[in-house]
Amino acid sequence: MTTCDQKDLFTYVLRLGDSGLVLGQRLSEWVGKAPMLEEEMALANMALDMVGQARNFLSYAGEVEGRGRGEDALAMHRDVGSFSNLLLVEQPNRDFAYTMVRQYFYASFAERLFEQLQHSADSRLAGIAAKAVKECRYHARHSGLWLVRLGDGTEESHQRVARALEDLWPYTGELFEMDEVDRRLLEAGVAADVQAMRTEWREALNQVLVEARLPLPSDEIWMHSGGRIGRHSEHLGHLLATMQILPRSYPDANW
Amino acid sequence: MQERELPLWEVFIRSRTGLNHRHVGSLHAADAAMAIQNARDLYCRRQEGIGIWVVESAAIHASDPADKDALFDPAEDKIYRHPTFYDVPDGVENI
Repeated sequence: MTTCDQKDLFTYVLRLGDSGLVLGQRLSEWVGKAPMLEEEMALANMALDMVGQARNFLSYAGEVEGRGRGEDALAMHRDVGSFSNLLLVEQPNRDFAYTMVRQYFYASFAERLFEQLQHSADSRLAGIAAKAVKECRYHARHSGLWLVRLGDGTEESHQRVARALEDLWPYTGELFEMDEVDRRLLEAGVAADVQAMRTEWREALNQVLVEARLPLPSDEIWMHSGGRIGRHSEHLGHLLATMQILPRSYPDANW
Repeated sequence: MQERELPLWEVFIRSRTGLNHRHVGSLHAADAAMAIQNARDLYCRRQEGIGIWVVESAAIHASDPADKDALFDPAEDKIYRHPTFYDVPDGVENI
């Protein structure tokens, strides 16, 4: 147990859990309709990794909160306004290019985030991060390879991935935001310094985009913000409705 | 589903305990890197392996099933090729 504000720690861990959960749910929407069997399995594997990470974070968040809410209560019995995931991960799949761009943006970021969190002063957080970092590294490699293939592929695949890049780019600013909670926890040695990761993340992205024959978008544009404090796009409500309907309709359902 | 199918690849996995890569199945992929990734996702979900080989199926040359008789039957009556005609001394553990 570390010496930091438990409310801060709850907020911090919940944010990590929510982003994992929402991205996992999004990826799982591909099951049954991926472009090919091989990719269907890859997407399902990634979805399971994300949900697994979310379970670890949400269980821990529940314990930190100390109000008897477990992973299921936090995942299934909260409304849109209480979710604190990044806006990027709630964006719809639209097409395969969108899904891969979104995945690369998040995984390449999460890989760096968890690399640092492995050394967090909070040993529980460090343990979860140590497991998650390997998964995110694989996700970044898989989606990065697809960006190259799509960008350097056919005329249509190039157009689609270019559009996805442009549309999703304004959601990347939020990845590197830090508020008071982050700063206090960073000082306590618990949180990671995401602001400091931006240059490296951008450089890694640029290497992929050069190979994919795609331009690196400019940071000098307006960026969306607010997911981390519960202000979401319209898409999250629909996602939660699908995800939560069963446990909400049958609160004691068991299987 | 696809207008143009991606090439087929054969997958060989080296298991945790085994010494040799063993053929486990096939998959579609655009190139070797993607084939290895797909092999990881399709054939290593349950810790099956510690190593992956992929070979383009087109690169494999197979014997013709119609040649079965000519290729394999002549070995049928050459039982002396089996190492079963030696007396192994009692003290020898490995041969």
